[in-house]
Amino acid sequence: MLFDARHLRWADPNGMVALLVAGTVAGRAQEGLPRLQLPDSADVSGYLSRMGFHEAAREVFEFDAPQRRASGGLSDVLLEITSVAANADVHAVIDRVQDQAGAILASKLGYPATAVVQFSVILSEVCQNIVEHAEAPGWVAAQAYNWARRLGRFVVVISVMDVGRGFRGSLMDEHSARYGDRWGDTTALEAAFLHGLTRFPDSGRGQGIQQIRRQVRRWDGAITIRSGTARIGQVPEWDDTPPLVDGLAPLPGAQISIILPARVPE
Amino acid sequence: MSERPIDPISIDVGEVLQRNVTSLYATLVTRPTGRAVRMAIETQLRGAGTLSLSLIDFSEVVIIDFSCADEVVAKLLQQFLDDEARDAFFVFRGVHEPHRDQIEVVLARQGLAAVVESRPGDFELVGVRTEAEARVWGRVEECGTVEPEDVAHLAKEDEDREALNSLSLRGLVFRSPKSGRVHALSRLVSHLL
Repeated sequence: MLFDARHLRWADPNGMVALLVAGTVAGRAQEGLPRLQLPDSADVSGYLSRMGFHEAAREVFEFDAPQRRASGGLSDVLLEITSVAANADVHAVIDRVQDQAGAILASKLGYPATAVVQFSVILSEVCQNIVEHAEAPGWVAAQAYNWARRLGRFVVVISVMDVGRGFRGSLMDEHSARYGDRWGDTTALEAAFLHGLTRFPDSGRGQGIQQIRRQVRRWDGAITIRSGTARIGQVPEWDDTPPLVDGLAPLPGAQISIILPARVPE
Repeated sequence: MSERPIDPISIDVGEVLQRNVTSLYATLVTRPTGRAVRMAIETQLRGAGTLSLSLIDFSEVVIIDFSCADEVVAKLLQQFLDDEARDAFFVFRGVHEPHRDQIEVVLARQGLAAVVESRPGDFELVGVRTEAEARVWGRVEECGTVEPEDVAHLAKEDEDREALNSLSLRGLVFRSPKSGRVHALSRLVSHLL
């Protein structure tokens, strides 16, 4: 299979990580890795490189290594694409963001210095979702963008995707019976996202997503989770994404997307 | 008044973390990490006998997530509350503003409360507590030590007497079985701060 990205003009963390997921799924259906043709644009290719895409893609695609460009000094990337398969990877993610996140959250979003802790907690909890529920690897990435036309503000985009069994698969054994015929991707997402259900009987579990939602709401941000054929979200006033959508193209595993906007000066 | 009914021990979570996890920063994240830290604390407490008071120090911890707060605070407390053979009391030190939300959330979820030092020398009762418990705890905290003959004065109303009993049962104040004195946990660990 060939993934032709020659005419790609732009990709945010959701796009880059989704490409890795698509490549992984395609690779499962064939012998050997699918082929990826990298973007023709040196700017796009350079950006993918800075985001760590090429490094992550080596495990997923076969592609011609792009020419190395001279490094422009310190990276402006909030969190390069990072593979998450075990708890040690979650620690690595949190370690990585400590140096950059505080400065970016303060300068781009106007968040207080202590926001780096809450930001790290969000990252930790979403990454643990992969380790504890997906039973398959995934990736996380984050970056700040100027959404000048869309929102008139800077935002930070966090994307987490895995190629695991999805929310329905994770919750099925413990919770599907009580839903009967209604059990499906939508009800599984509602169960986890709205009601904090988890496959673990431990009453201390299941609070990760609830607390992420709470913190994202405090920052007037948006969070959506897509799994299977459904997507559920908590959307602020500035976002017109519907809170619940079903009948989407099936997505193996799960995608958690978080958008944190800059504070509006009072 | 100089009686120290329990010899408290101090446990530096940052140090325990460094021993158990390879990380550049003292980040208390992921459930297995929290579990490992809790088990290390429990191992230290095992040698403390049937009555213990521990100062669990988070001062050097940079980040604590909800999974770790659940393991290191909520599960630790719950385990010792359920253990009828041992009386264990805890004071959590260095619960600065960035940690506070995570700790309050996990306590609330399990119906627990804890004594925390939120700023140097500033102790609070956080988590699930009734108004009467908060009121009586505040009085004990103010007094430091309440002599047996003053307990009736401290808790005049039935509601306050019940609250004092509840605080004692929940491990939020210490009532000495020998002297009958009621001690604020913060005073019992003050020499360790």
